[in-house]
Amino acid sequence: MALPLGLSIAVRHLVHRRRQTLTSLVGVSLGVAFFIGIASMMQGFQRDFVNRIIDVAPHITIKDEYRLAPVQPVEAAYPGAVVELRGIKPKEEVRGLRGARAIIDALEEMPGLKVAPTLSGNILLRFGSRDISANVTGIVPDRERLVTKLEKDLIAGSLQSLYTAANGIIIGEGIALKAGIGLDDMVSVVSPEGVVMRMKVVGIFRSGLTLMDNFDTYALMKKAQVLQNRPNVINRIRIRLDDVEQAADLAKTIEARFGYRSESWQEQSSNVLGIFVIQNAIMYSTVGAILIVACFGIFNVISTVVYEKTKDIGILKSMGFRETDIRRIFVYQGLMVGIIGMLLGWALGYGLVEFMGTLDFKMEGFVRAQGFILYRTPKHYVISGAMALVASTFAAWLPARRASRMKPVDIVRGAA
Amino acid sequence: MTAPVLEARALTRELPGLVPVTLVRDINMVVEPGEFVAITGPSGSGKSSLLYLLGLLDTPTGGEVLVDGNATAGLSENQLADLRLARFGFVFQFHFLLPEFSARANVEIPMRRLRALGAKEIRARAEWLLDALGLADHADKLPEQMSGGQRQRVAIARALANDPGVILADEPTGNLDSKSAEVVFTMFRHLAREQNRAVVVVTHDTDLAATADRRIHLVDGSLA
Ligand SMILES: Nc1ncnc2c1ncn2[C@@H]1O[C@H](COP(=O)(O)OP(=O)(O)OP(=O)(O)O)[C@@H](O)[C@H]1O
Ligand SMILES: [Mg+2]
Repeated sequence: MALPLGLSIAVRHLVHRRRQTLTSLVGVSLGVAFFIGIASMMQGFQRDFVNRIIDVAPHITIKDEYRLAPVQPVEAAYPGAVVELRGIKPKEEVRGLRGARAIIDALEEMPGLKVAPTLSGNILLRFGSRDISANVTGIVPDRERLVTKLEKDLIAGSLQSLYTAANGIIIGEGIALKAGIGLDDMVSVVSPEGVVMRMKVVGIFRSGLTLMDNFDTYALMKKAQVLQNRPNVINRIRIRLDDVEQAADLAKTIEARFGYRSESWQEQSSNVLGIFVIQNAIMYSTVGAILIVACFGIFNVISTVVYEKTKDIGILKSMGFRETDIRRIFVYQGLMVGIIGMLLGWALGYGLVEFMGTLDFKMEGFVRAQGFILYRTPKHYVISGAMALVASTFAAWLPARRASRMKPVDIVRGAA
Repeated sequence: MTAPVLEARALTRELPGLVPVTLVRDINMVVEPGEFVAITGPSGSGKSSLLYLLGLLDTPTGGEVLVDGNATAGLSENQLADLRLARFGFVFQFHFLLPEFSARANVEIPMRRLRALGAKEIRARAEWLLDALGLADHADKLPEQMSGGQRQRVAIARALANDPGVILADEPTGNLDSKSAEVVFTMFRHLAREQNRAVVVVTHDTDLAATADRRIHLVDGSLA
């Protein structure tokens, strides 16, 4: 009896329609629980992926490419004129990044970043009868250390032994497994230039990013230059930032200053990040659909209650209840279903996430993972709760408004 | 001279339509405090319609209703609701009790809406009213657990909850046997004479109507 009047009437209405109320409760709580479960799974995966990228890959890569085709003399002479040249390709640089030394020096002047030059190119790795195409990156180990986590990702061998071995190469775990290559094995490396080199595997790394583990290898810069037959050429400058958030802006600045195409980590992984956007859209629309169905349930229950309680509405209004008093009674009912559904959904969602946490399996997609990577955050509870409350209030609003507008005289006259 | 509690001036109610229906036509009447008025007339003569107009449940198409000497024509829906809450008590032929609430809780509802009394006083007054109507032992019963006469008395107790100046009743004894009907009418007479309320009761029981201070007879929506 301590409840406010409108609320106590609302409670009794719902209690008297127990089964229907339960059905819509189940709808709301499933919507909330699924959201929490799916969101924590997908965001867990996405955040893990982004973290690994940030951890493993350079934050900015300067390439020996240009984004646009060079301005042709005719366009320069007649800017904005009706002249169109087709089929012009961006310039290709056989000589790699020109003035790389100067660029590196200039970059090192900037605070908060580390720079490492590399030369990357394609190779064919031959071990026994197996041929594996891979990417070789010529590095300077002392600089590489500062820019990527390659050294920490080594599961066998060491970065330092690149210096000591005659022709050392570090390969990804994926390649090692595919070809059955072990540490200290000798492999033949063939480049598109036709250079063949016997190399010794001095390290095997596991980054967790499938693409890297299956395709990347590392050698000393000098060896890579020999393999590619490009002495003294550098075609990538890789940068690691103290503050990852700066990557996109800084990449633009660098590109504007030096002219070479500079990609932030976001741009380099834009295909995967784009998939995430689609994944999230699918998640939101799935949960949205569940909640809409739940809304129909709530709408249905409250419409039924309004219909059945027409006489009560009539007497309450003739007694002196205002429109807002009546509306409140029925909005409360939607809100109660929303709140209880939300709480049940939270509990269910929490259980779901914890259950998924106990599952153990191997997964290899963009990243290699053991079981679900789950991201637990109050945000998911807040978002799902807000959606449930808004949806259930909205579903109750329409019948509530209809109830509040009934004329008492019509009801009393009709019932007498 | 104080203003009458209830006054109708040239009160008319037409239902619009292809063939307009006149429910009530040009009614002039005054009800003073302490008066017990019976409205009689054949079925379909407009008795209920007149009562709804007097109780501010319906809006007249012509003329006006004055409550305590004040015009009601310009009042908003909310103001009308507030006026009904504080000044009127309704009893209908059908009891209209909320089925999920006990007798006492039903009587408490108008008081809880008005919020003039605290929770304890509201409960005490509800019990006192039920006791006065001989229902002390039935306070905790649900409407479905009571007889028709008992329910109607709960409805009367509820109509009295906010101590209204005007009681409007539409065939309150229509579903009761003659003995219960007699009790209810005695009750109304008492409310008027002893408690100085204005009581207007629609009935087609001429014997009971004869016990009222005044009878208003309607024929085809007009005073006869
Ligand atoms: N919605 C409506 N549409 C058309 N006619 C109506 C409507 N409501 C009432 N009427 C008519 O208005 C007239 C007056 O009705 P009202 O209910 O006031 O009569 P009453 O005197 O209370 O009758 P009863 O003694 O049977 O209760 C009746 O002839 C009725 O048929
Ligand atoms: Mg009638």
